[in-house]
Amino acid sequence: MMEQLRIYLNFPPVQYALIVGVLIALCSSLLGVTLVLKRFSFIGDGLSHVAFGAMAIAGVLHLSDDMLFVLPVTVLSAVLLLRTGQNTKIKGDAAIAMISVGALAVGYLLLSLFSTSANLSGDVCTTLFGSVSILTLTQAEVWLCAGLSVVVVLIFILFYNKIFAVTFDEDFARASGIKAEAYNLLIAVVIAVIIVLAMNLVGSLLISALIIFPAMSAMRLFRSFRGVTVCSAVLSVICSLLGILISILWGTPVGSTIVAVDIGAFLIFCLIAKVQGGITK
Amino acid sequence: MMAQLICSGLKLGYEGHIVLSGLDFSVDAGSYLCIVGENGSGKSTLMKTILGLLKPVGGKIIWGEGLRENEIGYLPQQTVVQKDFPASVREIVLSGCQGRAGGRPFYNKDEKELARQNMERMGITPLSRRCYRELSGGQQQRVLLARALCATRKILLMDEPVSGLDPKVTAEMYDMIRRLNQEGVTIIMVSHDIAAAVRYASHILHVGDEFFFGTSEEYRKTSLAERFLLPKEGEQA
Repeated sequence: MMEQLRIYLNFPPVQYALIVGVLIALCSSLLGVTLVLKRFSFIGDGLSHVAFGAMAIAGVLHLSDDMLFVLPVTVLSAVLLLRTGQNTKIKGDAAIAMISVGALAVGYLLLSLFSTSANLSGDVCTTLFGSVSILTLTQAEVWLCAGLSVVVVLIFILFYNKIFAVTFDEDFARASGIKAEAYNLLIAVVIAVIIVLAMNLVGSLLISALIIFPAMSAMRLFRSFRGVTVCSAVLSVICSLLGILISILWGTPVGSTIVAVDIGAFLIFCLIAKVQGGITK
Repeated sequence: MMAQLICSGLKLGYEGHIVLSGLDFSVDAGSYLCIVGENGSGKSTLMKTILGLLKPVGGKIIWGEGLRENEIGYLPQQTVVQKDFPASVREIVLSGCQGRAGGRPFYNKDEKELARQNMERMGITPLSRRCYRELSGGQQQRVLLARALCATRKILLMDEPVSGLDPKVTAEMYDMIRRLNQEGVTIIMVSHDIAAAVRYASHILHVGDEFFFGTSEEYRKTSLAERFLLPKEGEQA
């Protein structure tokens, strides 16, 4: 098996997949804590569906590089969703449900009406669950992905303390002169970028898992914001590496394998937390 | 004594709905003002407007003595989010320095030292590595107070600082606030505990259907105080 793995690792597509997988896992785990605690997880879910719809439109229009279309549309939707979420007059979650389900339906409708592909359900399945698309990445896509990941990580490090302040107590942050709205917007835009990135890896339906599971696992065990953030980043990278390797060796779909490993890690962390709690009590 | 905060002709409310109007009062440096009134009388709206979280519908808020708008320490009511937040005490206290740090991404030595001093001042240094969500209600309030003190040296605004605390911890909290006031920090507190307000505060602002602003001594003599104070003291007796 090790021999087989060594052969696979010499293939450029596999190397690309591993590089991209690690970068995406790192990015998506960073904002997980903020997303969960700020009750923004629904935005992540809604955005991934919007990204699917945008992908469908890009496909129908035969755009050469669909990332260039999907990314702006998703970022714009992030801004709009955040606005409706804060508007108390319209029920925020209902609006998001409408947008996300609407995007799914329209996306599928467009694909089935205009798609020239012979294997429509296969294409849809790929967009939703990721499947094998990670192994067909071109070098240009790897570079784009790497560039965006570096930007996301840099933004996170530079604004780490601000993000902490705005997540923990928005009113206090605003009272002490932090422009909380601007940072909420920044968080939403970064989430949109992460979702578009992660679509290549796990598909649009499974992205939320990549964002939320590592953070939730880390929150079982760690007691400081920094501890939770570092732990969820490391855990996320390990889980996706494992997931990608498993999927290469046994031919399972990449996205769902990674998420399955994430779920496994979450259960292990829950167990450890329980045992630890039993000892200290 | 110079006024640190002057509110003149203040009119408060949310879109199209006026909660309070014609508010005139001023707060001198070093005084201890309690804002009292029934539920829904607009106490919290007033607090949020003073903090700059809401824009006043009319009138003006003037900060005196070179106090910048973001030099206010704020002790908010706890939110649901915070009850499950994985953060150490030190991280939370340090986040009070955020206003000072401005655009700088990381905290410098002075800010870390300030956080250390304020943890010492609130007696929570031994807890500094503990997780916030595992602390008792009283300890959590001290953490938030230390954070507020990192944001200001001059003025603290508190929103119901003792709500949900048991009587012993409540008394400790009031003592701590009085000590800070004696050290020269101006206190503005929203409270529904009128008996304690009259006991500790130097000034009372009563909002609602009837308006009162003056010293606690004067307030005690008004018919308002009689109505709000006596039944409560009777209950306690």
